[in-house]
Amino acid sequence: MNYWPLLGVAVVVAGFMLKRSPVLVVVVAGVVSALAAGMGVGDLLALLGNAFVSNRALLLFVLTLPVIGLLERYGLRERAQAWIAGFRSMTLARLLIAYLGLRQLLSMFGLIDLAGHAQTVRPLLAPMSEAAASGADGAIDATTRERVRALAAATDNIGRFFGEDVFLAFGAVLLIQGFYDRQGIHLEPLAIALWALPTAIAAFVIHAIRIAWFQHKLAGRALREKRGQERPLVDSHDQGQSLE
Amino acid sequence: MIAIEHIYWLLGAFLVIATWLNLRERRRAMAAFWAVLAGAFLFGDAIQRASANGVRWPAQAMGLGVISLGLLAASGRMQADKEVEGAASVRRASAQRLGNRLFVPALAIPLATLALALGAKYLRWGESSLIDTAQPTLISLGIACVIALLVALRTTHASLPQAFGEGRRLLDTLGCVAVLPILLATLGSVFAATGVGDAIAALVGMVIPTDNRIACLAAFALGMVLFTVIMGNAFAAFPVLMAGIGLPLLVLRHGADPAVLGAMGMLTGYCGTLLTPMAANFNIVPAVLLELPDQYGVIRAQMPTALALLVVNFVLMWLLVFRAT
Repeated sequence: MNYWPLLGVAVVVAGFMLKRSPVLVVVVAGVVSALAAGMGVGDLLALLGNAFVSNRALLLFVLTLPVIGLLERYGLRERAQAWIAGFRSMTLARLLIAYLGLRQLLSMFGLIDLAGHAQTVRPLLAPMSEAAASGADGAIDATTRERVRALAAATDNIGRFFGEDVFLAFGAVLLIQGFYDRQGIHLEPLAIALWALPTAIAAFVIHAIRIAWFQHKLAGRALREKRGQERPLVDSHDQGQSLE
Repeated sequence: MIAIEHIYWLLGAFLVIATWLNLRERRRAMAAFWAVLAGAFLFGDAIQRASANGVRWPAQAMGLGVISLGLLAASGRMQADKEVEGAASVRRASAQRLGNRLFVPALAIPLATLALALGAKYLRWGESSLIDTAQPTLISLGIACVIALLVALRTTHASLPQAFGEGRRLLDTLGCVAVLPILLATLGSVFAATGVGDAIAALVGMVIPTDNRIACLAAFALGMVLFTVIMGNAFAAFPVLMAGIGLPLLVLRHGADPAVLGAMGMLTGYCGTLLTPMAANFNIVPAVLLELPDQYGVIRAQMPTALALLVVNFVLMWLLVFRAT
């Protein structure tokens, strides 16, 4: 057994860890493992060229760019933001769970970059979540605010990741199809995309439960603090002790 | 009959337009990058036919092209233009004017793809079927994009060159990231052809009992998570683990369902993406954007979901992947 081609794997790991241009890393890894396997330059080039051409279906998503680009110029993102802003005056749990479901659905339809940390989380979801988590007087302590913001960002990631694989023209689906195709196993992208559904549903359920639990704990703490305020003498006594 | 090759030519033509627009603005690195890709789409069929007939130079020329893609990406000259100021208010006004009609063309892509793919068997043009039934999904996607473009032009009253210009803008913004999936798939093929998969499979065989299919599946899942955490990218982990464990041990030896293994194996890697600071644009950038004092705050918020989902996903995969055997 020739273990030298494993150098290609080492190149991928090291290159990604060192944050080199991923395109260069991948090309170098291919060249290294081919040379380590004892291939000549002519065979190496033919292998690279043939493999690249037979995986070209992965770039078909580029055909959607004129449509999406045109719609973006005419305000598609702004429209999506206005839509999400319509969720105002919801509880924290309802807001985040609705966003999670919406983000998953949009990703499943291939509208992956309509939302995101810069597009929707920072301008909309994070401030709306904070508002929903604050008390009637609008007060929120720093720790809670940070945890609410982090949860909003996490909700966006989870909604995106576990929706996009259901879209059949998405890179992951076509990467899987392309890999098998070269090995003589022919699959339809639709057949692969459908198997991402069970995990997508599980992701929604698990994260929704966590969001609800977060709100439950938040409400519990608010209630305790309220009771504490009704006994101001004990409260100030406690504070005095903890300062010592 | 519409075959997949026609869709590839359409894409090649769009890449030629992108090349030309970049050349006109004297961005030569970007133009060269899209020109190489256009070659893969316009001559892809010819390259494959030549290789099948034993003529190797077209494939070798394409191989040189692939290497030049890596060099162009590393040259650092592939920056897209920053967006022009003042466009935001125009977009807001237009969003208000067009309202939810903006969603129609965007949703037309997936819905028309699905309808055409499912109806491909029944659409006929004289004697032969309208869509080549060997690859109905991808051909349907191509046709759906054309339909959606026509709908979008009607909705926005924009011109066709404007649509190509906007498509080019998005393509330049994606830059070399756009070709990463295709290159990783290529790397997967190279790994399989150079014996990397066999070497990993041999190493794995020294550590775990390869006769036991659950041990193999667990090694595959843990490997996906581990490699994703180290590299910050499930796409990059996929060809390594698939060539090493997925294909030789699980699919060929234990009869795992390849579609289930591919889809759910990739999602196992996604659980790892939620856990790693290496996936900076998802986990670290938002912490900065939201001004969190703890740069791992987002990862901390994701961790319980990621770990619970990892367990559920593994159990689902175990139940579904071997159901035929």
